[in-house]
Amino acid sequence: MRALNTIALMLLAVACAKDNSSNSTTASSTATSSGGVDLTGAGATFPYPIYSKWFSDYAAQSGVKINYQSIGSGGGIRQLSEETVDFGASDSPMSDEEMGKAKGGPILHIPTVLGADVVTYNLPGVTAPLKLTPEAIAGIFMGTIKKWNDNGIASLNSGVKLPSSDILVVHRSDGSGTTYIFTDYLSTAVPAWKTAVGKGKEVKWPVGIGAKGNEAVSGQVKQTPGAVGYVELAYAKQNNLPIAAVRNQSGQYVAASVAAVTAAAAGAAKALPDNTDYRLSIVNAPGAESYPISSFTWLLVYQHQKDAAKGKKVVDFLNWALTEGEKSAPSLDYAPLPSDMAAKVRARVATIDFNGAK
Amino acid sequence: MTSLSAQWLDRDRRRLILEQSAIGDTVYGVLTTVCALIVPALVVAIAVAIFAAAWPAFSKLGLSIVTSSDWDVANGHFGAAPALFGTLVSSAIALIIATPLAIGVAIFLSEFSPSWLRQPVGFLVDLLAAIPSVVYGLWGIFVLIPLLREYVMPFFRDTLHLGATPLFSGPAYGPSMLAAGIILAIMALPYISAVSREVLMAVPRSQREAALALGATRWEMIRDAVVPYARSGIIGGIMLGLGRALGETMAVTMVIGNRPEISASLLAPGYTMASLIANEFSEATNDLHLSALMAVGAVLFLITLIVNAVARWLVWSVSRNRAR
Repeated sequence: MRALNTIALMLLAVACAKDNSSNSTTASSTATSSGGVDLTGAGATFPYPIYSKWFSDYAAQSGVKINYQSIGSGGGIRQLSEETVDFGASDSPMSDEEMGKAKGGPILHIPTVLGADVVTYNLPGVTAPLKLTPEAIAGIFMGTIKKWNDNGIASLNSGVKLPSSDILVVHRSDGSGTTYIFTDYLSTAVPAWKTAVGKGKEVKWPVGIGAKGNEAVSGQVKQTPGAVGYVELAYAKQNNLPIAAVRNQSGQYVAASVAAVTAAAAGAAKALPDNTDYRLSIVNAPGAESYPISSFTWLLVYQHQKDAAKGKKVVDFLNWALTEGEKSAPSLDYAPLPSDMAAKVRARVATIDFNGAK
Repeated sequence: MTSLSAQWLDRDRRRLILEQSAIGDTVYGVLTTVCALIVPALVVAIAVAIFAAAWPAFSKLGLSIVTSSDWDVANGHFGAAPALFGTLVSSAIALIIATPLAIGVAIFLSEFSPSWLRQPVGFLVDLLAAIPSVVYGLWGIFVLIPLLREYVMPFFRDTLHLGATPLFSGPAYGPSMLAAGIILAIMALPYISAVSREVLMAVPRSQREAALALGATRWEMIRDAVVPYARSGIIGGIMLGLGRALGETMAVTMVIGNRPEISASLLAPGYTMASLIANEFSEATNDLHLSALMAVGAVLFLITLIVNAVARWLVWSVSRNRAR
């Protein structure tokens, strides 16, 4: 019996060894073709899921390995300015002052995909999606609308039985692109918000409590009847949160979706001059289908690349991202750029030079 | 002959050993000195780096960083008074809750516990210190906050009719100074109880026997003979717990509500300096904003320094009083 066991074990060991050796040969062959890390980038956390998909898809196709640290837009801008990474990523465009401090010269903003913010809420018994105007959203988040059955909300939602409970506002406590998009939208659409609060990655909130990250905001909203907050569209979709339809410039109530966000970009792109640097905000975009609380997210690269080999890799990747990459964006709930706009952005990528040469 | 040469050999070997040990001593001495100097040098280096980075904010904003309550990044106002207030108040709440509990645990374990219970209970209490703070934060969000909102806060406000007092006024949403204080109390408790238990166990047997011989009951013995003897150690433990509470970031950020406002109500959300830095640092690009966050870090550093100094002074003065 024992002898039999030993034989079985030995057979097993041999089989495993065979398996291992075949595995290791395939592993080493891929390793030699791709080498170590070719490019490093750092920045925004919001587009990280789609970027990491792009980087792994791109590595599989071209063998170019890209290491991306999702340390936040601020960190990405700082590291690019110090030239410690090959590209940065940000959810809000750099200011002229920030661009002026960059050590490597002019920086190009390359829009990659679009994100959107949605207003999510916890109203037990309310099943139909809530309809909100920018004024109502601003009123809620400024504390001028304090109860759910306030006329400012009730008049937009005839037929919905709204509770008389207090509204608890939940906002982001950490600096984030999500907050930037939300406050940028309210500042654009509602003059009173612009003077009272303004826009930024973190603002001085007149009311409410702060929670760190999308998951904490949605967790707090889910737990507290009467709570309202804003989170990213992708996050809300993946977690099936109730979301409000928002009235856009054309007076239509639009529920956030990938298509509605791309429509907003297309609406904004029409008015774009040819020499734009793409540091533009598309909140409150025109168009009947447009969802108004949306924004680009950008990759940041130097226009004059000092290392020709790396520079070429960056350009190749950007061109791939703006064609092949865009196709996979909706699978992760990111809105792709409108196709004619992607073509224009690629023309902008073509202006990157390497040591003065193209 | 042979015995003589053996003696010589012996002497040689002995000298060799002596010399070797002398070299060993020197090496060992140098090594430990280097170790001993590296750590204080690190502290100094950290302090210098923080204060240097904070200097632009201090020179531009002056003391308003700690006196103003207006934290408005978009408009360049950086007043961290609410965060300073929140750090101190949440830590104070933590100590108020944790100290009696921890000392109770320590007294039970050192004086009353049957020996078979001492090990497991002590181990479990110590284990509280090993739980990562983000896990405390999650527990806070999913267990503590609903509990506070549904039962504890209504109990204080409505059942005890404390809603009219400023301490329990306002709406009760859950994330609050109270929630932060409770989380911090649980986190600080193992430090206080572990240190207290060790010093209580170290109280000499003679001390107890003398008290009992004078006719003291068990409780009187503990109160009058054991605890006073261990007092300086217990205070040291409390200060260790306070240090933990002051610097805690993640768990507090998850339950305090992150609202930069000073409110008298325990049910209202607040902010702490550590959460302020953790929340805003990664997205801060503006130089003054970054520097202001560093300044907040510098103030936090100073506060922990002061707490440590006070702790040393307390321990010193208590042990001096006893010596008299």
